[in-house]
Amino acid sequence: MRLSEEVKQIFCEVADLKEIPAGAYNFRVNGKSVGRQSSENIDIKPKTDVSGLEIHIKAGTKNETVHIPVAISVTGIEEDVYNDFYIGDDSDVTIVAGCGIYNCGGENSTHNGIHRFFIGKNCKVKYIERHLGLGRGAGGKILNPTTELEIGENSEATLYMEQLKGVDSTIRDTRATLKKDAHIIVEERLLTHGRQTAESSYNIELGEDSTADINSRAVARDISRQKFVSHIIGNGRCRGHSACDAILMEDASVLAEPALDAKSPDAALIHEAAIGKIAGDKITKLCSLGLTEAEAESKIINGFLR
Amino acid sequence: MLELKNVSYAADGRKILDQISLKIEQNNFLVITGPNGSGKSTLAQILMGIKKPSAGQIVFNGQDITDLSITERAKLGIAFAFQQPVKFKGLTVKELLEIAGDAKILPKVGLNPEDYLERELNSTLSGGELKRIEIATALARKAKLTIFDEPEAGIDLWSFEKLTDTFNELKNQQKDSSIIIISHQERILKIADEILVLEKGKVKSFGPATKLLPEILEGEK
Repeated sequence: MRLSEEVKQIFCEVADLKEIPAGAYNFRVNGKSVGRQSSENIDIKPKTDVSGLEIHIKAGTKNETVHIPVAISVTGIEEDVYNDFYIGDDSDVTIVAGCGIYNCGGENSTHNGIHRFFIGKNCKVKYIERHLGLGRGAGGKILNPTTELEIGENSEATLYMEQLKGVDSTIRDTRATLKKDAHIIVEERLLTHGRQTAESSYNIELGEDSTADINSRAVARDISRQKFVSHIIGNGRCRGHSACDAILMEDASVLAEPALDAKSPDAALIHEAAIGKIAGDKITKLCSLGLTEAEAESKIINGFLR
Repeated sequence: MLELKNVSYAADGRKILDQISLKIEQNNFLVITGPNGSGKSTLAQILMGIKKPSAGQIVFNGQDITDLSITERAKLGIAFAFQQPVKFKGLTVKELLEIAGDAKILPKVGLNPEDYLERELNSTLSGGELKRIEIATALARKAKLTIFDEPEAGIDLWSFEKLTDTFNELKNQQKDSSIIIISHQERILKIADEILVLEKGKVKSFGPATKLLPEILEGEK
């Protein structure tokens, strides 16, 4: 498999891949699969009706990782990719997704990734998705991920979703339905700069005794604009928490729209949102330890987005 | 090592510090005390550069530092423990202490490194824990002049007793350095070499603790 330097850089940054990983993987470059491998427990096959993959993980699969990074290194591509994950009962797996666009041309390049997860009972699923835009072309780098999860009884899904640079426009849509005793944890990190825009919405339906913990941390710089929407629906005895923390810099703006819908008296739902500049006392504290204001600001932002 | 010459500070037309002049020698352990609103914390903040005096001059080790920034003063060897600790989402206790200069200092404030170093400086830490970490950041600087603004505030009595031992130890190990503590606590006043009593923004009394402490304690009765 020959990969260009741009693609190698993308795979390294979005999926920590410096070489072909052990286990199951699919590498998608400029709209085509350029390398694919299934493992004994994880079967990856292309869809026949639309572009994308079906990934079947056998019941009882433990400590295995699937890598499905995507790279676009040409200008003017727009693709819709549908990846469905079927995760058997009692599995403990990590899925490393992520997409990078290297656009040096004048036309927009867009990746719309629609990931659906059908998670069985008693599973632990970790999903890591990093998005990145590179290249100085005038064409936009646009990434619109949709993530839908059905989380089975007594299963836990942890989502790490990160977009830290270069993506001009993103509309992120995450939806989850949780069965009894299921849990979802989301750690989202977003940084926008220049004229970028980012929208991230969550719609979480909590079943009996299930829990959700959604943590979004965002930094908006320059004249970028972000919107965060969370909608947590409690259908029974359940606990839901969402937090939107955003740091504003320069002339950026952030809108947070939390919604909690408790349909049962036993649903305990909380939302916290805090948007504002870096508090002056944080800068003062770090300056008192010998950092300059610029160093202090950078420490605070880097820590916040970790 | 530190000299204040006619330092005044006013805010919203109100005089908070009025012509403060004092000299602190090396290896001194000075406790600044006085009633609420007497200007103690303002004076401490002026020393660190957090507030700029409206008049007067501050000289540190022979250098006029009146117009220097907080960073410049920190680099010259002034450290500060804030009365209200700041939280940092995403930064760990270890990272903050490493910025300060020494992540191994935690036991000095009665916290077990194994339990605390990797924790984030967020609301999962109690007020007392955050305060002890705050004090640790100032200790970690190993500065020529370390200022503690009300170290007792927000700390339970038992922990405070232990902290007093740390200050005592600090005093005994002092070498070419000075300590200023803003405090109301008798335990702290008892360790002092010198005591400065502020009242309504002015120096009410300033001198050796052996002389001033009995007067202060008598006055409280």
